Amino acid sequence: MKHLLSTKDLSRDEAVQILDLAEDMAQAGTREVKKLPALRGRTVVNLFFEDSTRTKISFEAAAKRLSADVINFTAKGSSVSKGESLKDTAQTLAAIGADGVVIRHHSSGAPRVLAQSGWIDAGVVNAGDGTHEHPTQGLLDAFTMRKRLHGDASRGRALDGVTVTIVGDILHSRVARSNVWLLETLGAEVTLVAPATLLPVGVDTWPVAVGYDLDAAVAAKPDVLMMLRIQSERMNAAFFPTAREYSRQWGFDDERLARLPAASLVMHPGPMNRGLEISSGAADSARSTIIEQVANGVSIRMAVLYLLLAGGAA
Amino acid sequence: MTTFHVKGATLPDGTRRDFFVENGVFVDSASNATVLDADGLQALPGLVDLHTHLREPGFEQSETVLTGSRAAASGGFTAVFAMANTSPVSDTAGVVEQVKALGDAHGYVTVRPIGAVTVGLEGQRLSEIGAMAQSRAQVRVFSDDGKCVSDALLMRRALEYVKTFGGVIAQHSQEPRLTEGAQMNEGALSGELGLAGWPAVAEEAIIARDVLLAQHVGARLHVCHVSTAGSVDVIRWAKARGIDVTAEVTPHHLLLTEQLASGYDSRFKVNPPLRRDDDVQALREALADGTIDIVATDHAPHPLEAKECAWDEAAFGMVGLESALSVVQAAVVDTGLLSFADVARVLSGAPARIGLLDGYGAPFTVGAPANFTLYDPAARSVFGVEHLHGKSVNSPYLGRELPGRVVATVHGGVATVLEGLLVEELARG
Repeated sequence: MKHLLSTKDLSRDEAVQILDLAEDMAQAGTREVKKLPALRGRTVVNLFFEDSTRTKISFEAAAKRLSADVINFTAKGSSVSKGESLKDTAQTLAAIGADGVVIRHHSSGAPRVLAQSGWIDAGVVNAGDGTHEHPTQGLLDAFTMRKRLHGDASRGRALDGVTVTIVGDILHSRVARSNVWLLETLGAEVTLVAPATLLPVGVDTWPVAVGYDLDAAVAAKPDVLMMLRIQSERMNAAFFPTAREYSRQWGFDDERLARLPAASLVMHPGPMNRGLEISSGAADSARSTIIEQVANGVSIRMAVLYLLLAGGAA
Repeated sequence: MTTFHVKGATLPDGTRRDFFVENGVFVDSASNATVLDADGLQALPGLVDLHTHLREPGFEQSETVLTGSRAAASGGFTAVFAMANTSPVSDTAGVVEQVKALGDAHGYVTVRPIGAVTVGLEGQRLSEIGAMAQSRAQVRVFSDDGKCVSDALLMRRALEYVKTFGGVIAQHSQEPRLTEGAQMNEGALSGELGLAGWPAVAEEAIIARDVLLAQHVGARLHVCHVSTAGSVDVIRWAKARGIDVTAEVTPHHLLLTEQLASGYDSRFKVNPPLRRDDDVQALREALADGTIDIVATDHAPHPLEAKECAWDEAAFGMVGLESALSVVQAAVVDTGLLSFADVARVLSGAPARIGLLDGYGAPFTVGAPANFTLYDPAARSVFGVEHLHGKSVNSPYLGRELPGRVVATVHGGVATVLEGLLVEELARG
């Protein structure tokens, strides 16, 4: 694997391989000395055109645990904010000698443009592009589900028959897209729940079931309920009348939590709007995997960086 | 001015004969003529593009009247209508006269400026339509192309007012609110790629409104770059009701589909966007049955830096003058939908009639202006930058095999292309 741009590109074997490798990485993280020498002497650039503290530190931690040198390049306050193009930035990084580029960009497809451009010969990891994909988030979510459902017997397994309901702003969510493609590849059954305004046109062609009613989705007893963040800028663009109405219809509150089976997982990619799409009671419940997701994110990103930069199979 | 004896050309009606050119017009015979061997070549009347962006004044890094004229000639065109989204905008007599004068000075093609409908293309106030109509540029086509005249009242007034000067409004049909931030056709693929959708209804709703307005005020409407099957239905309905509407389709909407967006290669980013295969088929059929009257290129040059970036940061548009005839052949001639007589109609006679351009009513008849092109439909080649003669190379066809080759173009009796090569110094009399 040269780049990781989309979960849609991943075969089932590749996806399971990444999840298994992340298990190894997680295990190494339990040792006293967490650092592995795998990427010693390699340089990973975190190229962030969009603010994201969580994803950036997660990739930084992952690269450092593999002993890579990490350069953080953020657009704000850099030449990028003065109008430098993606091309010039990429050529600069190539000249510096980057082996891997972790890119977050506000434009859908920017990582693919970078990977195909010939401007730089580094492995490219998509860390979130516009409203397209966020593949490492999809992988860490799958990893989290597998770990909770199969525990120590996770290795080699996919998510066949697991029912996953994703709720919220599907239209603008790169997390939802990466999850939908990956979960389908891994054999899970996905249901999307949102107001019709926040579902993309053509969603009927996706490998999912679609519903508008969160209460019906909860009553269906999904194995996993994944809540998505509602961006504040959607509030004023007629996607729904008010935050209060959204929260009442599609917020996962304590009352809905009480109706969800005790074994069901509650997930959220963060950052959360507590009280809007998820209540504190739900976010902090024993069924919530939100903190595990963050921890697993480092393992997944280690696995991906290792596969891309240390070359080939684990 | 050269005298030509064109030998053995196949005319649009399928007959094969010699013809002669002297003093800029077709004649019965001529002596001491330069012989052009047209054995196996298709003769077509000089092509007329009702929709070209020449970019001058203001955007000379993309194209100039000279470079755009050369691109046009190399594609078999002898006349182009230059869109008004220049800087300053072509909304005054001064600007349109300048554009026309540049075209005349270079001589590769007849350049007819299009005037802006509204001042600065801003959709607020009518521009000085009468002054442009009465200027030396004799503007007859008015368009805010690139932007839609979205205000219904302003559109009504524009349709009425241009009647005064025998003009036509060429509308860029795009409901602006429905297409805020739009990047590509809205459908399953835009949802997957995470690119903001440009829904078909945003085009169809404006066309439906405009044909009803045109009917109400008894005015003539031209619809630019029709791109959807639904738009075809609306126009077909309007024509059946006797509404005075004409419509154009671009070569790229006849050949390419939205699938090309899936690699985020911004050469395929265009406005209106590439649509579904069903739309392409409907557009081809509409061109064949006359619902769509003409093919126009929407030649939209952009410098490299406007395309070497992420998709949503890239400019809309693709160059099309040099490839138009080949693409039309591939899309509708080789598929059996149009004959070369039809091609002559949709790429020359009809656009000239819509734009009120004289000299294209009776091609190849004695006394008519000698505007024609000789085309080899049997040639095939991989389209490359060497086929492009304007300033910009944002062609969606680079690397694609296309049929046909323009062998010669003659504009008003002056050869602009000979043996497939642009004539560098025009021998004008």
